[in-house]
Amino acid sequence: MKFGVIVFPGSNCDDDMVYVLGKLMQQDVVKLWHKDHDLQGCDFLVVPGGFAYGDYLRAGAIARFSPIMESVIAHAQNGGNVMGICNGFQILTEAGLLPGALLQNNNQKYVCKNIYLKPQTTDTLFTRQLNAEQAYKIPIAHGEGRYHASPEILKQLNDNNQVLFRYCDQDGNINETANPNGSLENIAGISNEGRNVFGMMPHPERASDNLLGNTDGRKFFESVIGQVLV
Amino acid sequence: MEEQLTTVETAMQLGLLIEEFEKIKGLLGRTPNFTELSAFSVMWSEHCCYKSSILWLKKLPKSSPRMLAEAGEENAGLVDIGNGLACAFKIESHNHPSAIEPYQGAATGVGGINRDIFTMGARPIALLNTLRFGDINLEKTKHLLRGVVKGIGDYGNAFGVPTVGGEVYFDSSYNTNPLVNAFSAGIVETDKVASAIALGVGNPVFIVGSATGKDGIHGAAFASKDITEDSAKDLPSVQVGDPFQEKLLLEATLEVIATKNVVGIQDMGAAGIICSSSEMSAKGEHGMDIDLDKVPLRQENMLPFEILLSESQERMLVVVEKGKEQEILDIFDKWDLNCAEIGTVTESSNVRFFQKGELVADIPANALVLGGDAPIYEHSYTEPDYFQQYKQFKTEDVPEPTDYAEVAQFLMKHPNIVSRQWIYEQYDSMVGTANASTNSPADAAVVHVKGADQAIVITVDCNGRYVQADPKIGAMIAVCESARNVVCAGGDPVAITNNLNFGNPYNQEVYWQFVQSVKGIIEACEKLETPVTGGNVSFYNQASTVSKEGGNVTNAVLPTPTIGMLGLMDNLEHRMTLDFKNVGDIIYVIGEPKNDIAGSEYLTSYHNFKESSAPHFDLEAEYDLQQTVKALIRDKQIQSAHDISDGGLFITLAESAMPRDLGFSILTTFDEIDVRKDAFLFGESQSRVVVTIKAEDQDRFEDFMKEQSVPFFEVGVVTVSDFKVDTHVLMTTEEAKDVYNNTLGRHMDGGLAHA
Repeated sequence: MKFGVIVFPGSNCDDDMVYVLGKLMQQDVVKLWHKDHDLQGCDFLVVPGGFAYGDYLRAGAIARFSPIMESVIAHAQNGGNVMGICNGFQILTEAGLLPGALLQNNNQKYVCKNIYLKPQTTDTLFTRQLNAEQAYKIPIAHGEGRYHASPEILKQLNDNNQVLFRYCDQDGNINETANPNGSLENIAGISNEGRNVFGMMPHPERASDNLLGNTDGRKFFESVIGQVLV
Repeated sequence: MEEQLTTVETAMQLGLLIEEFEKIKGLLGRTPNFTELSAFSVMWSEHCCYKSSILWLKKLPKSSPRMLAEAGEENAGLVDIGNGLACAFKIESHNHPSAIEPYQGAATGVGGINRDIFTMGARPIALLNTLRFGDINLEKTKHLLRGVVKGIGDYGNAFGVPTVGGEVYFDSSYNTNPLVNAFSAGIVETDKVASAIALGVGNPVFIVGSATGKDGIHGAAFASKDITEDSAKDLPSVQVGDPFQEKLLLEATLEVIATKNVVGIQDMGAAGIICSSSEMSAKGEHGMDIDLDKVPLRQENMLPFEILLSESQERMLVVVEKGKEQEILDIFDKWDLNCAEIGTVTESSNVRFFQKGELVADIPANALVLGGDAPIYEHSYTEPDYFQQYKQFKTEDVPEPTDYAEVAQFLMKHPNIVSRQWIYEQYDSMVGTANASTNSPADAAVVHVKGADQAIVITVDCNGRYVQADPKIGAMIAVCESARNVVCAGGDPVAITNNLNFGNPYNQEVYWQFVQSVKGIIEACEKLETPVTGGNVSFYNQASTVSKEGGNVTNAVLPTPTIGMLGLMDNLEHRMTLDFKNVGDIIYVIGEPKNDIAGSEYLTSYHNFKESSAPHFDLEAEYDLQQTVKALIRDKQIQSAHDISDGGLFITLAESAMPRDLGFSILTTFDEIDVRKDAFLFGESQSRVVVTIKAEDQDRFEDFMKEQSVPFFEVGVVTVSDFKVDTHVLMTTEEAKDVYNNTLGRHMDGGLAHA
């Protein structure tokens, strides 16, 4: 599988993603520049975290209009896999590839810390090797991460099993105190209806290197590549 | 040339002294015009030319075999870390802007220090900051704290470099004048280091990055006077930051430097174009001709002095090899940044500026800069009366408390001791996936150098209260505590950068504090073999306010010579953390307990007794302690290490117990130790470290320690869930965690309005 990491001006988790996919996961990975249209034959596209175009208007609002996004949207519509992390998730909702929106955290503050996530489905490429009973320790780092959607969309997400992760406590309980940003129903990540586009606010790439003392995030990438790496 | 010549009155309005105006006329051989005089006024400001401090700064130790760029040579110090890599690191203040506009003041502080790092070709990998605020119960303090933290966060988070540590203290001396010092460390391959120099007659000079506006004009001069109630009128002196532009500038700059077509490059910070052009020219012993009409501007009709002095952020001046212009233009075009050729390097030694074809300023570069003709002052100083008086302090004069649980509670929720979680959670501490401290707390931040099997170990430290009590000892403690923190995290202290924050240098007692502090830094750095690679001096940190009676009251902040220490870890196996690991592990104190509560938070805040000496300190004992702890870590004998600092032994033990929800049980009376119980628990006498060892390692540990010169004793054991002293439970771990983790948030977000 060939991975492509989209680089917008202001992306700042692109190198981290390339490091995890290339060096730790030993995958073929290239960076894709926002001014290009060419996806260079990539199978799996990653829209990484950061502040694309500065995010001064609204997170992800400008990035969706960049040349590369036309190709990303076409790739997704043809059934290709696209994953958005943090700012990438915001961009994918702005681009209409994922439903709902990410609003300012309910405490009005940027927050960076470890939180816990509980997988809600293992029926996607991205979650197939995860344990739905386990709480995964993964960092968040965002100011606009409060997931919001209309009641109709929310019902559709739940009915179709499109909620990938909910925020939970260390013991896996999904409750209000474990919700770091006020997200609707503790939603931390979702997929589209076709189950080929994924978005999540937490950063699994920040929990993948042994040197950082937390490798809970590796499982997410191992799911995607379909193998377990030691 | 502009005809309108200046007078001594104009010079004084611009903040120059009468004798400085005379000196300028002598250097030029004529009377300067307004543009030229403005250039001198900023370049000869304290902020740019260090005129009140340089004589003393020159005495700091600068050399070591690892030093690739010594203090003053480049924008930041450069240390060889092996593997073909070097670390560029520096600390810089943004105190005055933050006092009147905390958000932008702090944000541009982060921007400025990072440009100093990447202008050398280094990619910043970690940020630290050191902050000082006034009484936390004041609304003004909360306003400043909120603004500064949001400013640092918004800038650093978007720029994409993690903030991995720092320190914060509250003291009413900082009520009007907070301190905001930002530290950055970056990594560069030693063959890709860029220099801030102008060479090669005919080489083109480019300005790149943001357009130039009217923000921050005379910012350097503003930073060189006292903060007063009228300072808000200086608001236009504060710059406005754009982290997105800075991120683009970083990527474009590193790409351009990698082409090897860059002759020299310098960021624009204080004093803008005039500073970069004159410093690069003076360093290269060349001149520059600059056409101000070619500088991209944000607004029309800017006057020459405004363009020269503008401190608009996110800009660089670049000298490129002639013939390679297009490559540079292409890279900046790729990143959608301005890149304008505005001049050339000349054979003369003057910087000359033109507008509409007219020569508007013509100044010998050397006349403007530090190390050239910029003035140097030797101020007189006097030992203040309080100094000898504070030294009379005796622990015996203070009554022992009757309720130790109450003291423990008091300290666990003191603003100077509690967790800074409310602050650091607003900073992205993990971007870059190299901060190894997130899941493993330690006395210093450990940041992995990707591509090499090593880490940098960094920390910032200074206790202004100790420095006030005894500036020389206090500054030595700041250096040694930063080194101790690096050692306790498993690193080797290598070099320091310092940020010397003091009051008005013309006040003889303030200047005495400055001089004594520099002497302390010299002595400690020589002993530890950690040279000073550079840094920043910030004078005029005082507030003149109007008293109720109507008179002017001027107070200097606590003297605060902040030390930023760079350490190295060449073997990642040597990492050490501060948290207790297992119930039953045995707790030892290494270093000698003293019957001393001087300078402690306990004495100052609990007893409200502020006139004491610095805590006990002995440089030789400190050195021996650090060598011993280093050996214990390398030998894999200990499970945790945490140095005893603010709040004393009790707080140190609590901080080690809380991360894993553990507790401790200790004794305070020993046959061979004659120390009062409060001094034993809460005293801050220096050069002590708490370590834990597994029970089965006890014999080996004691055998090893008996061979060392450093005293040690077994103080207790790691337990399950409470803090027990002499069989009495002073707090449960749960109670402690609640107040320790949440007090600052309760102050800031309500619930503790006037606790």
